[in-house]
Amino acid sequence: MVNQSSVRSLVNKPALNTDKPLLQIRNVTKKFGEFVAVNNVDLNIYAGELFCLLGGSGCGKSTLLRMLAGFETPSSGQILIDGKDMSGVPPYQRPTNMMFQNYALFPHMSVERNIAFGLEQDGIHKSEIKDRTHNMLRLVELQGYEKRRPNQLSGGQRQRVALARALVKEPKLLLLDEPLGALDKKLREHTQFELMNIQEKVGVTFVVVTHDQEEAMVLATRIAVMDKGQFIQIGSPTEIYEYPENRFVANFIGSANIFEGTILENNNNSLKIATELGEITLEQSSALGVGASVFLGVRPEKISISKDPSASTDGYTTSGVVEDIGYLGNTSRYKIRLDQGTLVDVTAQNHLRPQNRTHAFSWEEKVTLRWDASNIMLLKK
Amino acid sequence: MNQGRSTFLTVMLYIGLTFLYVPMILLVIYSFNYSKLVPVWGGWSTRWYKVLFESPEVWEAVRLSLQIALVNATVATMLGTFAGLAMVRFGRFRGRTLFGGMLVAPLVMPEVITGLSLLVFFISLKELFGWPAERGFTTITIAHITFSLAYVAVIIQARLTGIGETLEEAAADLGAKPFKVMTSITLPRLAPGMLSGWLLAFTLSLDDLVIASFVTGPGANTLPILIFSRIRLGLRPDINALATIIILFVAVLVAIAAYIMFRQHKRELLDQQMALSGGD
Repeated sequence: MVNQSSVRSLVNKPALNTDKPLLQIRNVTKKFGEFVAVNNVDLNIYAGELFCLLGGSGCGKSTLLRMLAGFETPSSGQILIDGKDMSGVPPYQRPTNMMFQNYALFPHMSVERNIAFGLEQDGIHKSEIKDRTHNMLRLVELQGYEKRRPNQLSGGQRQRVALARALVKEPKLLLLDEPLGALDKKLREHTQFELMNIQEKVGVTFVVVTHDQEEAMVLATRIAVMDKGQFIQIGSPTEIYEYPENRFVANFIGSANIFEGTILENNNNSLKIATELGEITLEQSSALGVGASVFLGVRPEKISISKDPSASTDGYTTSGVVEDIGYLGNTSRYKIRLDQGTLVDVTAQNHLRPQNRTHAFSWEEKVTLRWDASNIMLLKK
Repeated sequence: MNQGRSTFLTVMLYIGLTFLYVPMILLVIYSFNYSKLVPVWGGWSTRWYKVLFESPEVWEAVRLSLQIALVNATVATMLGTFAGLAMVRFGRFRGRTLFGGMLVAPLVMPEVITGLSLLVFFISLKELFGWPAERGFTTITIAHITFSLAYVAVIIQARLTGIGETLEEAAADLGAKPFKVMTSITLPRLAPGMLSGWLLAFTLSLDDLVIASFVTGPGANTLPILIFSRIRLGLRPDINALATIIILFVAVLVAIAAYIMFRQHKRELLDQQMALSGGD
């Protein structure tokens, strides 16, 4: 079902100890009445990872996170943190802390007291609480804001208080529910990097829930793409983007041109596939037999577009006309109607400034498209 | 056209205010009337205030009413808060729907029925256990708590639903045990709701005539009972003086509440400004 081979790529990173997973999710299912929110998921997360659970709303990612924090109890299955079974352990005894979606700062307490709250529960000495609170404020660059109440802070500052409050107890596992969701776009981009830096500095394992694929790509060491309560694919951002296993992932992360095909021949490490674009040969192995229907995907930026039909004949070449142009500044998106009728998305960098202040291509212009067979992704349904 | 509408609204506003306040203004004016006959003007005087202050039974009634209102408001707030918490925070339990329905029943029950049933209840209690020996402070207080707590529970339920569960979850996540979550997060967040519940229970108790009349015994007159029984013997100027004092008392309370709300609003504005200017 889910390919665990993707973990292998992490073995090369010295920081990760893959012998002993920090978090083990074993066949966990959560039902609300008849509705299955999380359906039999299985996952290991290793110390030092920044793991993203990515999916649309209602895919079960938040429910899974809440089960890790102890706010929901699995209907079946087991969650182990650092080898210890968490069933029956209430939230206040778990070695996890959570950063909530809208921060959930205590409005009747100052910034300082918000951060100190967790330490106070453990009966830590006052002077140590003060030190650690102060250190956290420095880490998130909020010195001088100790006495303010949360509603006297901007959105970005609140986000940092929430992070400090969740980190101050030095949890084994930090759970972040849409940590950047409430920030505007510019601030979000800046904060993504800040979050990664802080994670590296404190060395705490992060599990982040997000619906924003760009956020997941930037932050994560590994991503689990979720849909309908199940993991569709688990892998590094590159694996997920460049080697999606199926149509859903290819479409959910970025966009892809997808063509239907049937396998004509399957010789070792070479597949011949019949598609609406003609016969395509892929240099890869597959367990699928002759006659099986598959999907082929090509990312829009991996197709080159040119006005010159006579250029090299490497890879797959076809021609069509420009039907629509979306100008984004750094790139442009084209919709090209191929001669045999299929509509294809193409993205091209605008690396030359047009001297006549017009676009590189115009509507109804005849163009040649080219892509290399190695860029074709073989997708399961 | 816009102009016309605003004129219409202004006129309606003044008509409404007139209906509300002219009777009260008349009452205040007549409380300073020298004449013994209420509708006959006999010149300005504070004579009836003197009569009022020298009448011990009035002060006895005020004392009883305040005592009942205080105990009622405090107990009703406590019980109502627990009931509200049980309804909103304890998830689904056996008989939750029934409990919820029974909780709001006193709000829609006619007062006469509530009063009558409580009277029957107290009489049978006395038959069975010999308690309460005589009706008065205890019975009226218990009766008031039974209906006040329903109002408090409704307020608390609304407030609890409004503040949501996330803050409590955050506290638990940071290591606070359930009791600590209750005392450091839930109750402080609930305090404004509990305060309005307390004030409402206090006012309801001071206000109540019907239920108190049913369950009171000889000699125990609350203020409304006293006023009503005196009015039955004809309008009396010293009652006007008493009513004027009550109006003044309420007006001061309302003014204080308005001032507190104004200050809170101002503070929120300042907080917002601070967040915007100190933001990054």
